[in-house]
Amino acid sequence: MNNSSAEQMTTAPQWHRIRLIEPPLLRNGLAVVAMAYIFWSVGSLDIEWNRVAQGLPRAGSMLKRMVPPDFSRWHLMTRGLLESVQMALAASFFGMILAVPLGICGAGNMVPKPVYLVARSLIILSRTFHEIIVAILFVKIFGFGPLSGVLTLTVSSISFISKMLAEDIENMTPGQIEAIRATGADFPKLLIYCISPQAMPRYLGVSIYRLDANIRHSTVVGIVGAGGIGQVLAASFSRYDYDFSMAILMTIITLVFLGEFFSNWVRSRLR
Amino acid sequence: MNSEQHAPKYPDIWRRFSPREALTRWAWYLGIVSVTVWALGTLDIPWLYFLDAHLQAKDLAVRMWPPDWRYLGRLIAPLIETIHIATLGTAVTFFIAFPAAFLAARNTTLNSTTWLIGRFILVASRSINTIVWALLFVAIFGPGPLAGIWAIAFRSIGFMGKLVAEAIEEIDEGAVEAVEATGASRLQVLWIGILPQVLPVIYGTVVYRWDINIRESTVLGFVGAGGIGILLYSSINQFMWQEVTVILITVFGVVLASEFISAKVRQRIT
Repeated sequence: MNNSSAEQMTTAPQWHRIRLIEPPLLRNGLAVVAMAYIFWSVGSLDIEWNRVAQGLPRAGSMLKRMVPPDFSRWHLMTRGLLESVQMALAASFFGMILAVPLGICGAGNMVPKPVYLVARSLIILSRTFHEIIVAILFVKIFGFGPLSGVLTLTVSSISFISKMLAEDIENMTPGQIEAIRATGADFPKLLIYCISPQAMPRYLGVSIYRLDANIRHSTVVGIVGAGGIGQVLAASFSRYDYDFSMAILMTIITLVFLGEFFSNWVRSRLR
Repeated sequence: MNSEQHAPKYPDIWRRFSPREALTRWAWYLGIVSVTVWALGTLDIPWLYFLDAHLQAKDLAVRMWPPDWRYLGRLIAPLIETIHIATLGTAVTFFIAFPAAFLAARNTTLNSTTWLIGRFILVASRSINTIVWALLFVAIFGPGPLAGIWAIAFRSIGFMGKLVAEAIEEIDEGAVEAVEATGASRLQVLWIGILPQVLPVIYGTVVYRWDINIRESTVLGFVGAGGIGILLYSSINQFMWQEVTVILITVFGVVLASEFISAKVRQRIT
Protein backbone atom coordinates (compact mmCIF):
# COMPACT_ATOMS: atom_id res chain seq x y z
CA MET A 1 0.00 0.00 0.00
CA ASN A 2 2.59 2.41 1.20
CA ASN A 3 5.02 1.21 -1.37
CA SER A 4 2.67 1.73 -4.32
CA SER A 5 1.75 5.27 -3.33
CA ALA A 6 5.43 6.12 -3.07
CA GLU A 7 5.90 4.72 -6.54
CA GLN A 8 3.13 6.95 -7.81
CA MET A 9 4.87 9.96 -6.32
CA THR A 10 8.16 9.27 -8.02
CA THR A 11 7.06 8.42 -11.56
CA ALA A 12 6.22 11.51 -13.59
CA PRO A 13 2.62 11.52 -14.85
CA GLN A 14 2.53 10.26 -18.38
CA TRP A 15 0.98 12.84 -20.72
CA HIS A 16 -0.16 11.94 -24.15
CA ARG A 17 -2.42 13.52 -26.72
CA ILE A 18 -6.03 12.56 -26.53
CA ARG A 19 -6.79 10.32 -29.46
CA LEU A 20 -10.16 9.62 -30.98
CA ILE A 21 -9.24 5.97 -31.47
CA GLU A 22 -7.15 4.93 -28.49
CA PRO A 23 -5.67 1.52 -29.45
CA PRO A 24 -2.61 2.40 -31.57
CA LEU A 25 -2.85 -0.75 -33.67
CA LEU A 26 -6.40 0.08 -34.80
CA ARG A 27 -5.54 3.74 -35.36
CA ASN A 28 -2.47 3.10 -37.47
CA GLY A 29 -4.18 0.21 -39.20
CA LEU A 30 -7.01 2.52 -40.30
CA ALA A 31 -4.49 5.07 -41.56
CA VAL A 32 -2.74 2.39 -43.63
CA VAL A 33 -6.06 1.18 -45.02
CA ALA A 34 -6.98 4.77 -45.94
CA MET A 35 -3.66 5.29 -47.76
CA ALA A 36 -4.05 1.97 -49.58
CA TYR A 37 -7.57 2.97 -50.60
CA ILE A 38 -6.37 6.28 -52.01
CA PHE A 39 -3.67 4.60 -54.10
CA TRP A 40 -6.06 1.95 -55.34
CA SER A 41 -8.86 4.36 -56.19
CA VAL A 42 -6.68 6.95 -57.91
CA GLY A 43 -5.06 4.16 -59.90
CA SER A 44 -8.36 2.64 -60.96
CA LEU A 45 -9.96 5.92 -61.99
CA ASP A 46 -9.88 6.59 -65.66
CA ILE A 47 -7.94 9.86 -65.69
CA GLU A 48 -6.12 11.18 -68.74
CA TRP A 49 -3.07 12.69 -67.13
CA ASN A 50 -1.78 14.52 -70.21
CA ARG A 51 -5.19 16.18 -70.56
CA VAL A 52 -4.99 17.12 -66.89
CA ALA A 53 -1.51 18.55 -67.39
CA GLN A 54 -3.04 21.13 -69.72
CA GLY A 55 -5.44 22.02 -66.94
CA LEU A 56 -3.43 24.71 -65.23
CA PRO A 57 -2.73 26.83 -68.31
CA ARG A 58 -6.38 26.30 -69.32
CA ALA A 59 -7.57 27.47 -65.93
CA GLY A 60 -5.36 30.54 -66.37
CA SER A 61 -6.76 31.41 -69.77
CA MET A 62 -10.29 30.77 -68.55
CA LEU A 63 -9.74 33.06 -65.60
CA LYS A 64 -8.36 35.69 -67.95
CA ARG A 65 -11.53 35.49 -70.02
CA MET A 66 -13.66 35.64 -66.91
CA VAL A 67 -12.36 39.00 -65.75
CA PRO A 68 -13.73 41.52 -66.12
CA PRO A 69 -17.19 39.98 -65.62
CA ASP A 70 -19.62 41.10 -68.28
CA PHE A 71 -22.74 42.59 -66.77
CA SER A 72 -23.96 44.10 -70.05
CA ARG A 73 -26.66 41.44 -70.55
CA TRP A 74 -28.11 42.17 -67.15
CA HIS A 75 -31.72 41.96 -68.35
CA LEU A 76 -31.24 38.25 -69.20
CA MET A 77 -29.66 37.76 -65.82
CA THR A 78 -32.30 39.57 -63.79
CA ARG A 79 -35.04 37.65 -65.59
CA GLY A 80 -33.35 34.35 -64.71
CA LEU A 81 -32.71 35.49 -61.19
CA LEU A 82 -36.29 36.61 -60.64
CA GLU A 83 -37.48 33.28 -62.02
CA SER A 84 -35.20 31.42 -59.62
CA VAL A 85 -36.45 33.38 -56.63
CA GLN A 86 -40.08 32.89 -57.66
CA MET A 87 -39.53 29.17 -58.14
CA ALA A 88 -37.97 28.98 -54.68
CA LEU A 89 -40.84 30.93 -53.08
CA ALA A 90 -43.60 28.90 -54.70
CA ALA A 91 -41.84 25.60 -53.98
CA SER A 92 -41.26 26.52 -50.35
CA PHE A 93 -44.92 27.43 -49.93
CA PHE A 94 -46.26 24.19 -51.37
CA GLY A 95 -43.56 22.19 -49.66
CA MET A 96 -44.45 23.73 -46.33
CA ILE A 97 -48.18 23.01 -46.75
CA LEU A 98 -47.86 19.48 -48.12
CA ALA A 99 -45.21 18.50 -45.59
CA VAL A 100 -47.72 18.81 -42.75
CA PRO A 101 -49.86 15.76 -43.57
CA LEU A 102 -46.83 13.71 -44.56
CA GLY A 103 -44.97 14.75 -41.43
CA ILE A 104 -47.88 13.79 -39.19
CA CYS A 105 -48.25 10.44 -40.97
CA GLY A 106 -44.53 9.87 -40.52
CA ALA A 107 -44.68 10.27 -36.76
CA GLY A 108 -44.90 6.84 -35.16
CA ASN A 109 -46.81 8.02 -32.08
CA MET A 110 -49.64 9.62 -34.07
CA VAL A 111 -50.76 7.14 -36.69
CA PRO A 112 -51.18 3.38 -37.12
CA LYS A 113 -48.14 1.40 -38.23
CA PRO A 114 -49.06 0.86 -41.92
CA VAL A 115 -49.61 4.60 -42.49
CA TYR A 116 -46.33 5.31 -40.73
CA LEU A 117 -44.41 2.86 -42.89
CA VAL A 118 -45.87 4.22 -46.14
CA ALA A 119 -45.15 7.83 -45.13
CA ARG A 120 -41.62 7.04 -44.03
CA SER A 121 -40.78 5.17 -47.21
CA LEU A 122 -42.12 8.06 -49.30
CA ILE A 123 -39.87 10.44 -47.37
CA ILE A 124 -36.83 8.19 -47.77
CA LEU A 125 -37.53 7.64 -51.46
CA SER A 126 -37.70 11.32 -52.33
CA ARG A 127 -34.77 12.23 -50.09
CA THR A 128 -32.46 9.73 -51.73
CA PHE A 129 -32.63 11.04 -55.27
CA HIS A 130 -30.71 14.16 -56.09
CA GLU A 131 -32.73 17.19 -57.25
CA ILE A 132 -31.21 16.92 -60.69
CA ILE A 133 -32.56 13.39 -61.18
CA VAL A 134 -36.03 14.42 -60.00
CA ALA A 135 -35.84 17.50 -62.24
CA ILE A 136 -35.01 15.49 -65.32
CA LEU A 137 -38.00 13.19 -64.72
CA PHE A 138 -40.29 16.20 -64.31
CA VAL A 139 -38.85 17.75 -67.45
CA LYS A 140 -39.82 14.56 -69.29
CA ILE A 141 -43.38 14.78 -67.95
CA PHE A 142 -44.05 18.54 -67.99
CA GLY A 143 -41.58 19.74 -70.57
CA PHE A 144 -38.88 22.38 -70.22
CA GLY A 145 -39.47 25.45 -68.11
CA PRO A 146 -39.92 26.68 -64.57
CA LEU A 147 -42.88 24.39 -63.84
CA SER A 148 -40.60 21.36 -63.67
CA GLY A 149 -38.26 23.34 -61.45
CA VAL A 150 -41.05 24.31 -59.06
CA LEU A 151 -42.23 20.70 -58.83
CA THR A 152 -38.71 19.40 -58.22
CA LEU A 153 -38.04 21.86 -55.45
CA THR A 154 -41.48 21.17 -53.99
CA VAL A 155 -40.75 17.45 -53.79
CA SER A 156 -37.41 17.97 -52.07
CA SER A 157 -38.91 20.56 -49.69
CA ILE A 158 -41.73 18.20 -48.74
CA SER A 159 -39.39 15.38 -47.87
CA PHE A 160 -37.01 17.63 -45.96
CA ILE A 161 -39.61 19.48 -43.88
CA SER A 162 -41.77 16.43 -43.24
CA LYS A 163 -38.81 14.41 -41.99
CA MET A 164 -37.97 17.14 -39.49
CA LEU A 165 -41.61 17.51 -38.50
CA ALA A 166 -42.09 13.78 -38.01
CA GLU A 167 -39.01 13.54 -35.80
CA ASP A 168 -40.14 16.57 -33.85
CA ILE A 169 -43.57 15.09 -33.18
CA GLU A 170 -42.05 11.76 -32.17
CA ASN A 171 -39.78 13.49 -29.66
CA MET A 172 -42.62 15.34 -27.90
CA THR A 173 -43.23 14.49 -24.28
CA PRO A 174 -46.33 12.30 -24.09
CA GLY A 175 -47.67 14.28 -21.10
CA GLN A 176 -49.27 17.10 -23.06
CA ILE A 177 -50.75 14.72 -25.60
CA GLU A 178 -52.34 12.68 -22.82
CA ALA A 179 -53.60 15.82 -21.08
CA ILE A 180 -55.40 17.07 -24.19
CA ARG A 181 -56.74 13.58 -24.94
CA ALA A 182 -58.06 13.43 -21.34
CA THR A 183 -60.31 16.44 -22.06
CA GLY A 184 -62.03 14.34 -24.70
CA ALA A 185 -60.40 16.00 -27.68
CA ASP A 186 -60.61 14.19 -30.99
CA PHE A 187 -57.71 13.88 -33.44
CA PRO A 188 -58.09 17.27 -35.23
CA LYS A 189 -58.36 19.08 -31.87
CA LEU A 190 -55.31 17.21 -30.64
CA LEU A 191 -53.40 18.48 -33.69
CA ILE A 192 -54.55 22.08 -33.28
CA TYR A 193 -54.18 22.47 -29.53
CA CYS A 194 -51.37 20.09 -28.67
CA ILE A 195 -49.16 19.25 -31.62
CA SER A 196 -49.16 22.54 -33.49
CA PRO A 197 -48.13 24.85 -30.60
CA GLN A 198 -45.25 22.53 -29.75
CA ALA A 199 -44.07 21.84 -33.27
CA MET A 200 -44.69 25.31 -34.74
CA PRO A 201 -41.45 27.15 -33.87
CA ARG A 202 -39.18 24.46 -35.26
CA TYR A 203 -41.44 23.83 -38.24
CA LEU A 204 -41.34 27.52 -39.17
CA GLY A 205 -37.58 27.59 -38.66
CA VAL A 206 -37.07 24.56 -40.88
CA SER A 207 -39.40 26.01 -43.53
CA ILE A 208 -37.48 29.28 -43.61
CA TYR A 209 -34.24 27.33 -43.82
CA ARG A 210 -35.74 25.39 -46.71
CA LEU A 211 -36.57 28.64 -48.51
CA ASP A 212 -32.90 29.52 -48.36
CA ALA A 213 -31.93 26.01 -49.52
CA ASN A 214 -34.44 26.25 -52.35
CA ILE A 215 -32.88 29.50 -53.54
CA ARG A 216 -29.54 27.68 -53.63
CA HIS A 217 -30.98 24.70 -55.50
CA SER A 218 -33.09 26.80 -57.86
CA THR A 219 -29.87 28.11 -59.35
CA VAL A 220 -28.99 24.63 -60.55
CA VAL A 221 -32.11 22.77 -61.68
CA GLY A 222 -31.93 24.95 -64.80
CA ILE A 223 -28.95 22.94 -66.00
CA VAL A 224 -31.30 20.16 -67.07
CA GLY A 225 -33.78 22.68 -68.46
CA ALA A 226 -36.03 23.28 -65.47
CA GLY A 227 -35.91 27.08 -65.56
CA GLY A 228 -34.23 29.74 -63.50
CA ILE A 229 -30.80 31.29 -63.66
CA GLY A 230 -29.16 27.87 -63.98
CA GLN A 231 -30.43 27.68 -67.53
CA VAL A 232 -28.80 31.01 -68.39
CA LEU A 233 -25.60 29.87 -66.69
CA ALA A 234 -25.47 26.54 -68.50
CA ALA A 235 -26.10 28.30 -71.83
CA SER A 236 -23.31 30.80 -71.21
CA PHE A 237 -20.92 27.97 -70.33
CA SER A 238 -21.70 25.99 -73.43
CA ARG A 239 -21.13 29.13 -75.53
CA TYR A 240 -17.78 29.79 -73.78
CA ASP A 241 -19.12 33.20 -72.69
CA TYR A 242 -16.95 32.99 -69.61
CA ASP A 243 -17.15 36.68 -68.74
CA PHE A 244 -20.94 36.43 -68.66
CA SER A 245 -20.71 33.21 -66.62
CA MET A 246 -18.55 35.02 -64.11
CA ALA A 247 -21.14 37.78 -63.82
CA ILE A 248 -23.86 35.18 -63.24
CA LEU A 249 -21.76 33.33 -60.67
CA MET A 250 -21.13 36.55 -58.77
CA THR A 251 -24.84 37.33 -58.80
CA ILE A 252 -25.67 33.83 -57.57
CA ILE A 253 -23.19 34.18 -54.71
CA THR A 254 -24.75 37.49 -53.74
CA LEU A 255 -28.27 36.10 -53.98
CA VAL A 256 -27.43 33.04 -51.88
CA PHE A 257 -25.66 35.20 -49.35
CA LEU A 258 -28.69 37.49 -49.06
CA GLY A 259 -31.03 34.50 -48.82
CA GLU A 260 -28.93 33.00 -46.05
CA PHE A 261 -28.77 36.32 -44.24
CA PHE A 262 -32.55 36.70 -44.48
CA SER A 263 -33.13 33.15 -43.27
CA ASN A 264 -30.78 33.56 -40.32
CA TRP A 265 -32.41 36.85 -39.40
CA VAL A 266 -35.93 35.40 -39.46
CA ARG A 267 -34.86 32.31 -37.52
CA SER A 268 -33.18 34.39 -34.83
CA ARG A 269 -36.38 36.42 -34.53
CA LEU A 270 -38.44 33.23 -34.22
CA ARG A 271 -36.44 31.95 -31.28
CA MET B 1 -68.85 42.24 -2.95
CA ASN B 2 -65.66 44.16 -3.28
CA SER B 3 -63.52 41.12 -3.85
CA GLU B 4 -65.85 39.93 -6.61
CA GLN B 5 -65.32 43.16 -8.50
CA HIS B 6 -61.57 42.78 -8.36
CA ALA B 7 -61.59 39.22 -9.59
CA PRO B 8 -60.37 39.01 -13.22
CA LYS B 9 -63.11 38.53 -15.74
CA TYR B 10 -62.63 35.28 -17.61
CA PRO B 11 -64.38 35.01 -20.96
CA ASP B 12 -67.03 32.32 -21.28
CA ILE B 13 -65.29 30.75 -24.22
CA TRP B 14 -61.56 30.11 -24.08
CA ARG B 15 -59.62 31.24 -27.13
CA ARG B 16 -55.99 30.58 -27.84
CA PHE B 17 -55.27 33.97 -29.35
CA SER B 18 -56.30 37.46 -28.40
CA PRO B 19 -58.01 39.37 -31.24
CA ARG B 20 -54.80 41.29 -31.86
CA GLU B 21 -52.72 38.10 -32.10
CA ALA B 22 -55.29 36.53 -34.39
CA LEU B 23 -55.21 39.60 -36.64
CA THR B 24 -51.41 39.58 -37.01
CA ARG B 25 -51.61 35.87 -37.74
CA TRP B 26 -54.10 36.37 -40.53
CA ALA B 27 -52.00 39.21 -41.89
CA TRP B 28 -49.02 36.84 -42.05
CA TYR B 29 -51.08 34.17 -43.80
CA LEU B 30 -52.36 36.74 -46.29
CA GLY B 31 -48.82 37.99 -46.93
CA ILE B 32 -47.43 34.50 -47.53
CA VAL B 33 -50.28 33.55 -49.84
CA SER B 34 -50.00 36.75 -51.87
CA VAL B 35 -46.24 36.31 -52.28
CA THR B 36 -46.89 32.79 -53.59
CA VAL B 37 -49.64 33.96 -55.92
CA TRP B 38 -47.34 36.67 -57.27
CA ALA B 39 -44.52 34.17 -57.75
CA LEU B 40 -46.70 31.65 -59.55
CA GLY B 41 -48.63 34.24 -61.54
CA THR B 42 -45.59 35.84 -63.12
CA LEU B 43 -43.76 32.57 -63.72
CA ASP B 44 -44.13 31.26 -67.22
CA ILE B 45 -46.14 28.16 -66.36
CA PRO B 46 -48.08 26.31 -69.05
CA TRP B 47 -51.07 25.26 -66.96
CA LEU B 48 -52.42 23.28 -69.88
CA TYR B 49 -49.64 20.76 -69.38
CA PHE B 50 -51.35 19.65 -66.20
CA LEU B 51 -54.26 18.31 -68.27
CA ASP B 52 -52.28 15.44 -69.70
CA ALA B 53 -49.65 15.18 -66.96
CA HIS B 54 -51.18 12.04 -65.52
CA LEU B 55 -51.13 10.43 -68.97
CA GLN B 56 -47.49 11.41 -69.43
CA ALA B 57 -46.61 10.05 -66.00
CA LYS B 58 -48.46 6.81 -66.71
CA ASP B 59 -46.73 6.52 -70.05
CA LEU B 60 -43.37 7.00 -68.34
CA ALA B 61 -44.21 4.43 -65.67
CA VAL B 62 -45.25 1.86 -68.28
CA ARG B 63 -42.05 2.40 -70.24
CA MET B 64 -39.91 2.12 -67.13
CA TRP B 65 -41.33 -1.24 -66.09
CA PRO B 66 -40.00 -3.92 -65.93
CA PRO B 67 -36.39 -3.02 -65.10
CA ASP B 68 -33.89 -4.35 -67.60
CA TRP B 69 -31.67 -6.30 -65.21
CA ARG B 70 -29.23 -7.40 -67.91
CA TYR B 71 -27.93 -3.85 -67.71
CA LEU B 72 -26.83 -4.30 -64.10
CA GLY B 73 -23.44 -5.84 -65.01
CA ARG B 74 -22.38 -2.68 -66.84
CA LEU B 75 -23.21 -0.54 -63.83
CA ILE B 76 -20.69 -1.94 -61.36
CA ALA B 77 -17.61 -0.07 -62.61
CA PRO B 78 -19.37 3.34 -62.86
CA LEU B 79 -20.86 2.82 -59.41
CA ILE B 80 -17.42 2.19 -57.92
CA GLU B 81 -16.19 5.28 -59.77
CA THR B 82 -19.04 7.29 -58.22
CA ILE B 83 -18.02 6.17 -54.74
CA HIS B 84 -14.37 6.93 -55.49
CA ILE B 85 -15.24 10.44 -56.64
CA ALA B 86 -17.19 11.13 -53.46
CA THR B 87 -14.54 9.65 -51.17
CA LEU B 88 -11.52 11.26 -52.82
CA GLY B 89 -13.37 14.57 -53.08
CA THR B 90 -14.09 14.44 -49.36
CA ALA B 91 -10.44 13.53 -48.67
CA VAL B 92 -9.23 16.57 -50.63
CA THR B 93 -11.70 18.76 -48.73
CA PHE B 94 -10.31 17.48 -45.45
CA PHE B 95 -7.00 19.20 -46.19
CA ILE B 96 -8.33 22.43 -47.70
CA ALA B 97 -11.18 23.05 -45.28
CA PHE B 98 -8.81 23.14 -42.30
CA PRO B 99 -6.87 26.30 -43.09
CA ALA B 100 -10.06 27.95 -44.36
CA ALA B 101 -11.85 27.16 -41.09
CA PHE B 102 -8.99 28.52 -39.00
CA LEU B 103 -9.08 31.71 -41.06
CA ALA B 104 -12.83 32.03 -40.70
CA ALA B 105 -13.01 31.45 -36.94
CA ARG B 106 -12.79 34.70 -35.00
CA ASN B 107 -10.48 33.39 -32.29
CA THR B 108 -7.86 31.82 -34.56
CA THR B 109 -7.79 34.20 -37.52
CA LEU B 110 -4.85 36.58 -37.81
CA ASN B 111 -6.66 39.87 -38.38
CA SER B 112 -9.94 41.15 -39.76
CA THR B 113 -8.73 40.95 -43.37
CA THR B 114 -7.87 37.25 -43.11
CA TRP B 115 -11.20 36.70 -41.36
CA LEU B 116 -13.03 38.30 -44.29
CA ILE B 117 -11.02 36.21 -46.75
CA GLY B 118 -11.86 33.06 -44.82
CA ARG B 119 -15.55 33.93 -44.67
CA PHE B 120 -15.59 34.77 -48.37
CA ILE B 121 -14.01 31.42 -49.28
CA LEU B 122 -16.64 29.58 -47.25
CA VAL B 123 -19.59 31.57 -48.63
CA ALA B 124 -18.43 31.36 -52.25
CA SER B 125 -17.79 27.64 -51.97
CA ARG B 126 -21.22 26.97 -50.52
CA SER B 127 -23.16 29.25 -52.85
CA ILE B 128 -22.01 27.51 -56.00
CA ASN B 129 -23.63 24.14 -56.44
CA THR B 130 -21.57 21.00 -57.04
CA ILE B 131 -22.92 20.80 -60.58
CA VAL B 132 -21.78 24.34 -61.34
CA TRP B 133 -18.34 23.62 -59.90
CA ALA B 134 -18.33 20.52 -62.10
CA LEU B 135 -19.09 22.65 -65.19
CA LEU B 136 -16.07 24.78 -64.32
CA PHE B 137 -13.72 21.87 -63.68
CA VAL B 138 -14.83 19.99 -66.78
CA ALA B 139 -13.83 23.08 -68.75
CA ILE B 140 -10.45 23.05 -67.01
CA PHE B 141 -9.50 19.35 -66.73
CA GLY B 142 -11.68 17.96 -69.49
CA PRO B 143 -14.50 15.48 -68.89
CA GLY B 144 -13.80 12.69 -66.41
CA PRO B 145 -13.72 11.78 -62.76
CA LEU B 146 -10.95 14.22 -61.86
CA ALA B 147 -13.25 17.17 -62.59
CA GLY B 148 -15.85 15.47 -60.39
CA ILE B 149 -13.41 15.05 -57.51
CA TRP B 150 -12.50 18.74 -57.58
CA ALA B 151 -16.13 19.78 -57.90
CA ILE B 152 -17.06 17.71 -54.85
CA ALA B 153 -14.08 19.08 -52.94
CA PHE B 154 -14.78 22.72 -53.77
CA ARG B 155 -18.43 22.51 -52.77
CA SER B 156 -17.61 20.68 -49.53
CA ILE B 157 -14.98 23.17 -48.36
CA GLY B 158 -17.64 25.71 -47.48
CA PHE B 159 -19.84 23.17 -45.71
CA MET B 160 -17.10 21.62 -43.62
CA GLY B 161 -15.26 24.88 -43.09
CA LYS B 162 -18.38 26.52 -41.71
CA LEU B 163 -19.12 23.75 -39.21
CA VAL B 164 -15.49 23.43 -38.14
CA ALA B 165 -15.12 27.21 -37.78
CA GLU B 166 -18.18 27.26 -35.53
CA ALA B 167 -16.66 24.45 -33.46
CA ILE B 168 -13.38 26.36 -33.18
CA GLU B 169 -15.22 29.43 -31.97
CA GLU B 170 -16.85 27.38 -29.21
CA ILE B 171 -13.72 25.68 -27.82
CA ASP B 172 -12.67 25.84 -24.20
CA GLU B 173 -10.28 28.81 -24.01
CA GLY B 174 -8.78 27.45 -20.78
CA ALA B 175 -6.91 24.71 -22.60
CA VAL B 176 -5.56 27.25 -25.09
CA GLU B 177 -4.36 29.53 -22.30
CA ALA B 178 -2.73 26.61 -20.52
CA VAL B 179 -0.78 25.69 -23.62
CA GLU B 180 0.13 29.34 -24.23
CA ALA B 181 1.38 29.61 -20.63
CA THR B 182 3.98 26.92 -21.31
CA GLY B 183 5.51 29.23 -23.90
CA ALA B 184 4.22 27.32 -26.90
CA SER B 185 4.44 28.87 -30.35
CA ARG B 186 1.31 29.76 -32.32
CA LEU B 187 1.55 26.56 -34.33
CA GLN B 188 1.93 24.47 -31.18
CA VAL B 189 -1.12 26.15 -29.67
CA LEU B 190 -3.10 25.22 -32.77
CA TRP B 191 -1.76 21.67 -32.79
CA ILE B 192 -2.04 20.86 -29.08
CA GLY B 193 -4.51 23.35 -27.66
CA ILE B 194 -7.16 23.66 -30.35
CA LEU B 195 -6.99 20.73 -32.74
CA PRO B 196 -7.74 17.93 -30.25
CA GLN B 197 -10.83 19.83 -29.12
CA VAL B 198 -12.33 20.11 -32.60
CA LEU B 199 -11.13 16.78 -33.99
CA PRO B 200 -14.34 14.86 -33.17
CA VAL B 201 -16.38 17.57 -34.93
CA ILE B 202 -14.05 17.41 -37.90
CA TYR B 203 -14.33 13.63 -38.25
CA GLY B 204 -18.09 13.84 -37.75
CA THR B 205 -18.54 16.44 -40.49
CA VAL B 206 -16.23 14.54 -42.82
CA VAL B 207 -18.33 11.41 -42.53
CA TYR B 208 -21.56 13.39 -42.77
CA ARG B 209 -20.37 15.24 -45.85
CA TRP B 210 -19.17 11.98 -47.38
CA ASP B 211 -22.69 10.60 -47.50
CA ILE B 212 -24.04 13.85 -48.96
CA ASN B 213 -21.25 13.67 -51.52
CA ILE B 214 -22.22 10.14 -52.57
CA ARG B 215 -25.64 11.54 -53.39
CA GLU B 216 -24.17 14.51 -55.25
CA SER B 217 -21.69 12.44 -57.22
CA THR B 218 -24.52 10.38 -58.72
CA VAL B 219 -25.46 13.36 -60.92
CA LEU B 220 -22.00 14.73 -61.77
CA GLY B 221 -22.08 12.71 -64.97
CA PHE B 222 -24.84 14.96 -66.33
CA VAL B 223 -22.19 17.57 -67.07
CA GLY B 224 -19.50 15.01 -67.92
CA ALA B 225 -17.70 14.83 -64.59
CA GLY B 226 -17.70 11.04 -64.24
CA GLY B 227 -19.63 8.50 -62.25
CA ILE B 228 -22.93 6.77 -62.85
CA GLY B 229 -24.60 10.01 -63.96
CA ILE B 230 -23.05 9.62 -67.42
CA LEU B 231 -24.93 6.35 -67.99
CA LEU B 232 -28.12 7.74 -66.47
CA TYR B 233 -27.98 10.78 -68.72
CA SER B 234 -27.31 8.77 -71.87
CA SER B 235 -30.04 6.25 -71.05
CA ILE B 236 -32.54 9.07 -70.53
CA ASN B 237 -31.52 10.75 -73.75
CA GLN B 238 -31.89 7.48 -75.66
CA PHE B 239 -35.28 6.86 -74.02
CA MET B 240 -34.00 3.55 -72.60
CA TRP B 241 -36.39 3.83 -69.68
CA GLN B 242 -36.00 0.24 -68.51
CA GLU B 243 -32.29 0.88 -68.07
CA VAL B 244 -33.10 4.09 -66.25
CA THR B 245 -35.13 2.10 -63.72
CA VAL B 246 -32.20 -0.21 -63.04
CA ILE B 247 -29.85 2.75 -62.55
CA LEU B 248 -32.31 4.50 -60.23
CA ILE B 249 -32.73 1.37 -58.12
CA THR B 250 -28.97 0.89 -57.75
CA VAL B 251 -28.46 4.59 -56.97
CA PHE B 252 -31.17 4.30 -54.34
CA GLY B 253 -29.39 1.32 -52.78
CA VAL B 254 -25.97 2.94 -52.75
CA VAL B 255 -27.20 6.25 -51.30
CA LEU B 256 -29.21 4.47 -48.64
CA ALA B 257 -26.26 2.26 -47.70
CA SER B 258 -23.91 5.24 -47.46
CA GLU B 259 -26.40 7.10 -45.28
CA PHE B 260 -26.62 4.05 -43.00
CA ILE B 261 -22.84 3.67 -42.74
CA SER B 262 -22.37 7.37 -42.08
CA ALA B 263 -25.00 7.38 -39.33
CA LYS B 264 -23.39 4.35 -37.67
CA VAL B 265 -19.90 5.84 -37.79
CA ARG B 266 -21.09 9.17 -36.43
CA GLN B 267 -22.83 7.36 -33.58
CA ARG B 268 -19.53 5.71 -32.69
CA ILE B 269 -17.32 8.80 -32.72
CA THR B 270 -19.54 11.45 -31.13
